[in-house]
Amino acid sequence: MSTDIVADEVLDCTGLLCPIPVVKTSRAIKGIEVGQVLKMIATDPGAPPDMEAWSRQTGHDLIHQNSEDGRFNFWFRRTK
Amino acid sequence: MAASPDQMLQQITEAEADDSTRTKSLALVASKGGLDEVYPILIMASTAGALGWDTQVFCTFYGLDIVNKKRRSKMKVSALGNAASPPPINGVEMRVPAILGVLPGMNRAATWMMKKWMKDSRIPDIEEMWDICIESGVQFHACSTTMGVMKVDQDDIVDEASCLGAAAFLDFASRADLALFV
Repeated sequence: MSTDIVADEVLDCTGLLCPIPVVKTSRAIKGIEVGQVLKMIATDPGAPPDMEAWSRQTGHDLIHQNSEDGRFNFWFRRTK
Repeated sequence: MAASPDQMLQQITEAEADDSTRTKSLALVASKGGLDEVYPILIMASTAGALGWDTQVFCTFYGLDIVNKKRRSKMKVSALGNAASPPPINGVEMRVPAILGVLPGMNRAATWMMKKWMKDSRIPDIEEMWDICIESGVQFHACSTTMGVMKVDQDDIVDEASCLGAAAFLDFASRADLALFV
């Protein structure tokens, strides 16, 4: 269950547009330890493909994502 | 022996699987200095930086304003010659006749409008976008020829930028994964 994932840090990017969610996520992932989980919330309709690409490019795992009420939730695990 | 399409596809797939382990690079040439032309450059550059790419921007011709201390904060949108120029009221489909773009104050109005949209959409201003780029590790270069032609002094160039010629930048670009010209 997605909601069972415990996030060590939550980053709210509600109302922010590209490139800010990607930039803030990059910044936030550096603030947690390797193995910890960052939850990011966005409303930018471009966020799902963008955050999948960010995960592919940086190697930090996108362990789960969902959407609810126009919000996109992403859970990333810092890998390095 | 030339690789078969299947072999090539296999190589591409392997390369993609390796995506995050190798540092990629972006060579971006910025030749324009309008507010509406510099935003896309800084958005691309900061995003590439956030993806962990080695990102270098060569600021040439009017793009030199990006690294010009005196001019970066004064970028404007031209009201003239843009067939897609924006409607004065956001979201309302009405056009200002192109010929009115020659009137005094029209550039200022177009600039004000774009800055307002950006602010309303919570997009950082040019100075903040610059700071984000620097923080993301983006490197900027000032085109030495442009500095000579436009009589821009080394002192007018921000400390973060280095002064280069086209050969040095092309040397980097030839090894970059992606090269874009704006």
